[in-house]
Formats: sequence, C-alpha cells, structure tokens
Amino acid sequence: MAALIRTINRSIFISRMGHPCLALGGSATVAKSVGGSSSKRLPDRVKIVEVGPRDGLQNEKTIVPAETKIRLIDMLSDSGLSVIESTSFVSPKWVPQMADQMEVMKGIRRKPGVSYPVLTPNLKGFQAAVEAGASEVAIFGAASELFSKKNINCSVEESLQRFEQVMVAAKAAGVPVRGYVSCVLGCPYEGKVAPAKVAQVAKRLYSMGCYEISLGDTIGVGTPGGMSEMLEAVSKVVPVGALAVHCHDTYGQALANILVALQMGVSVVDSSVGGLGGCPYAQGASGNVATEDVVYMLHGLGIQTGVDLPKLMDAGAFICHSLNRRTSSKVSQATHCKL
Amino acid sequence: MGNVPTTVKHCLSHEQLARDYPWLKRWLVEEKSLGAHEYPEFVKIVEVGPRDGLQNEKEIVPTEVKVQLIDRLSDTGLSVIEATSFVSSKWVPQMADHTEVLQGIRKSPNVHYPVLTPNMHGFQNALAAGATEVAVFGSASETFSRKNINCSIDESMLRFEEVLNAAKDQQIPVRGYVSCALGCPHEGPIDPSKVTEVAKRLYEMGCYEVSLGDTVGVGTPGSMAAMLRSVTREVPCRALAVHCHDTYGQALANILTALQMGVCVVDSAVAGLGGCPYAQGSSGNVSTEDVLYMLHGMGIQTGVDLSKVITVGDFICHSLNRKTNSRVAQARGSQL
Repeated sequence: MAALIRTINRSIFISRMGHPCLALGGSATVAKSVGGSSSKRLPDRVKIVEVGPRDGLQNEKTIVPAETKIRLIDMLSDSGLSVIESTSFVSPKWVPQMADQMEVMKGIRRKPGVSYPVLTPNLKGFQAAVEAGASEVAIFGAASELFSKKNINCSVEESLQRFEQVMVAAKAAGVPVRGYVSCVLGCPYEGKVAPAKVAQVAKRLYSMGCYEISLGDTIGVGTPGGMSEMLEAVSKVVPVGALAVHCHDTYGQALANILVALQMGVSVVDSSVGGLGGCPYAQGASGNVATEDVVYMLHGLGIQTGVDLPKLMDAGAFICHSLNRRTSSKVSQATHCKL
Repeated sequence: MGNVPTTVKHCLSHEQLARDYPWLKRWLVEEKSLGAHEYPEFVKIVEVGPRDGLQNEKEIVPTEVKVQLIDRLSDTGLSVIEATSFVSSKWVPQMADHTEVLQGIRKSPNVHYPVLTPNMHGFQNALAAGATEVAVFGSASETFSRKNINCSIDESMLRFEEVLNAAKDQQIPVRGYVSCALGCPHEGPIDPSKVTEVAKRLYEMGCYEVSLGDTVGVGTPGSMAAMLRSVTREVPCRALAVHCHDTYGQALANILTALQMGVCVVDSAVAGLGGCPYAQGSSGNVSTEDVLYMLHGMGIQTGVDLSKVITVGDFICHSLNRKTNSRVAQARGSQL
C-alpha cells in the first residue's frame, strides 16, 4: 500500500504541467494552489544546452589553446549532451579567447545527433561561421538599453536590426538560429529590469525566426520570485516550449531559479561544465551554473537528460586541469573528495 | 454597453467575488503567489554556524572568537542561534569550551541560544551553564546512528526520552533533529517512512520542532518532496524545519521545495561554515547569506539583516583564515 501511494505521489510530482496562462482558467490548478498542494508538474525530459566552451571559456582569464578547446568539445560530445555551444564569431579584438574560432570549428569531431551552435553578432560573423562549417548560430539581444550600449555599443533596437540581417541570411542558408536575451532578471547598470521589456525583446527575436529563446540572468541576481514573474510575462508572447533559461550562479540562486522555471513548463536549460566562466561584473565571483549540478538535480527528480554524469565530470576535470583552476561544480567537488 | 446598475456592478465586482469565495481571493492575489505556488510570509532562520558550522571546521577556534561570533550574530536580527554542544570533548574537541561559551555570550532578549545535549549528562551540564533551550539528535539511519553515537536508533530515543522528561520538569524547550533524512553516507537512500517514524517519535516525546537534516547533501527536490509528504502525515508542518547541506549544490532548490510544501523554518550557517566530514574538501551547511538572499528576493520576511550577516561572515572567515562558502558574500565582496 505504501509503495502504491509512493508511486502515485511520484507521478503527480513529475507529470506534465499546464502553461501558466492556462492555469488561470484550469480548475485543477486552482485546487492545487488553494489546497497548498505540493504537486508541481515537471517535464519528463530536459534538454541541456552546454555553453562551457563558449560562454564559459569566454569568461575565463587564461587563454586556452585551440587543441584544448577541441578536446573539451569532443569529450562533451561523448557525454550524451545534444547541444554544445562551440565558439563565437566575434572580432578577436573584443574577445581574444575566441580568436581561434575557425580552427576550433573545423577541428572538432561532429557527433551525429549533436548540434554545435556558434555565436554570430552580425552578418560578417555569420558569413565567417558558415564558411567554417557552422550549421546552427545564435544571436544575443539584451533586455536592458544601458547593457546593450555598453556591451555591444548600440541600442537594443539597433542590435535587433543587425540580427534581422543575420536571420534573412540564415533562412536563405537553412541555418537555424537561437536567440538570447541577457539581463532578464537584472542589469549591472540599470538594476531592475521590467518583465515586459524582456517579453518585448523575446517576442521580437521569436517573430524574427529564432527557434528558441534563451533567457539569461546575466549577473545571477534573480531569485525564484523574479524568475516566475518574468516567465509569466514572456510565456504570454512566446510559447513556453520555445523558451530556455540561462541562469548564473553568482548569488547561489541558479538551481532554485531553474527549478521554478521547470515548474512553469520550461524544458531547456543552459549550463556550463565545471561552472566555467566567472562573472565579469563581480571579480572572483562565480558565473555560469555548473552542468554537473544541474544534471544531478534533474536526474534526482527523475527527469531524463541523456547525459552521462561521470563522463561529464571527466570533461570538467580535464578543462579545470588545463585551466589550472578548481571546478565550480559542487557535485564534482563532492565526488572527487570521497573519503 | 449601456448603464449597468451599481448593484449589479457590485455583484460582479472583484470585491464581492472575493468575499463570497475566500479561496478565490487567495488565488487572485498575484504578489505572494508566485506562479502556481504559495510561500510562507515569514521564515524563521535557525543559525547553526557557531555549533554545526564550527564543529566541522578543522581549526580549533578560541573561545573568545566563538563568543564574538555569537554576539555579532545576535545583532543581525536572527532569533535562534545554536551556540554550542554539551558533548564529550573527547569526541568533539571543538566544543570542549561549551560552558565558557554559553556563560560568556551576551544573551540578547529576543534571541534563543539552544545547545546540543546528547544525553542526561550533557543536559545537566547545559542546565548548570545556564542553557534555556536544548536540542537532541536522532538519525533515520541505523548504521549512521551506530557509527556516529555508538548506539541504535531505539537506544538513542530512550536516552532522549530521559532528557525530554528532565527538560519538561525544568520547562526547557527541546528541539529534535533527524539526520540522514535524504540519504546516509553508509546506507545510501533512506526510506521516507523511516524518517517519519523517527520524526514522529521525537515530536510525540515533546520536541516542539523537528529539524530534518540532509546530512550529506545528497537530496534533490524530488527526494525532499517525497520525504516531506511522508513526514507531514504524522508531524504538523508548522513543527518542521529543514537543515540542508550544500555538498552537491542542491540546498537552495531543496529549501525552495520545502517552502512550497509549507515548511517555514530553515537551518543555515553563516558563511556556509562547516565542511562535510564525509567528503573532505566539500562544502557542508548551506550559507545563511544565500538563503536570506533567496527569501528576501521572494518577498519572504525573516527579520534578519543580510548585510550584517555578511559582515559577521567576513569576521569569522578572517578568524578561521578561510574563504567564505557563501556565493552572495563572494559576489558582494567582489563588486567592481
């Protein structure tokens, strides 16, 4: 009897959740919040978008040679990840870590079934990416005007116009494009960011043709309340199935924020092996959430990811050794420190 | 559209609906109910840094530093600060100065200073030293109980009953802990029914609150929810607390889950003091600063001043010559 009850509870816990907007009309959800019920529906499967080789390394001080980057990506390919953001076609003047973009793109072993998106801030970057063999690209918008100006030297509107050019070319070439929105839960310059602004930018990117929009808590200031509020606003204009969350762990809030996002129907999570990439706005603080810690949580929840955690930890150990730094992943720390 | 009579407007008004259907009012309140969840308006933080934290630090900390730590914590708004442990100094050398610490601290009027008392001997010493609240530590794992306190769960419960009876006579409140609530370093996964059994016993023997501890930090929101579903069938939610370790980085997600299930007492340690004795070099207690950041960000009140806690964290880390485990302290301390 106890076992039966346990099974029922477990399936309630992980069965599919309705969209937050539908929840307002759904009597089942009304009953849930009134009764203070603990049943929250989570996705059965979550796609991890591994951003270590790009977002991670980009924020590491030590310049890593191309062969090391290639080896890292190859190891990640073998860990079961289905999306590995490999490099960025930006000017090496701005991002020296990504200067070897061509070499990396041409050097990696492309595992069938795995996607290797690259960042392309403009048409020039896009063309170089395609020449290097890229078959998926990503563009980066911001929900904060000041951040846009300081980061890429133009307004949000101007950046979106640049991206339109990339979208047109990408459509012509049959290349899927992923959109990022940064500063969704706060900006290092503006402070609070209105959820409506995030929704506006996300909607633009989605309408332009991005197949997925990754919502980034760029400086990790978000908490479950803000995450929830922001997602409610965005999911009114972009289907939740096309949303991803990109949480930074600068204030230790990432896993809690990711959990709330999952509870609201999001099923794509960005993370970085070993928690690579500090925060450029808080020297010495952490940045990206560690893939190992995210996978540990998801697997503990019975959610499938396709990722082999030990193999992932091996990739993390390799890159941390190369960077001569300690992993930021607590799971890796705990596992390697077993008595 | 036409004119709608005021009475009709009133009938259809939000206020009227809310009055007629109280459950609807709760549902319509957007601020507090984030997404489809409800959260407590207030969460009590039980600060375990001076005891659980320091107990798991390698360096023996001088008494004056412990006293200073507790005094500084007393000024942050915390209402419960676990001060020390009346265990044999042979087992826990860090707590050898328990009497001096308890007698040396400035006892703030709105703050409780519980101390651990594993048995009658410890309880009597605690009482003699001026303790006004104590805590007892049970385990949901037989193996852990035997290895940690050298007796079975049942035997430990008998010891605690003695303490509880003596405490009742002295009108000393007792808090109960259940360790290995989400997993054991020796036995692996722990059945929620076992946690429930131990929690229920502690509650029925007279503990006013039972803190459920993820001793090795292996829990995830799934196992936390399953365990709490089981325990809350036998022990009221308001008498429960969660004591999450961050060894696998899961603490805040687990705490969030507990809050969603109605728990409103959270144990934590300033600066995330206290590593994990079962995984050398790993972190242990979740840091109070990171918990506060999350709660305050969600609009949940705690009465605690985060900046003051960060300052206390700086103090103790400096004294211990170690880096803080708190991500919030790292970020705030590193602002460009």
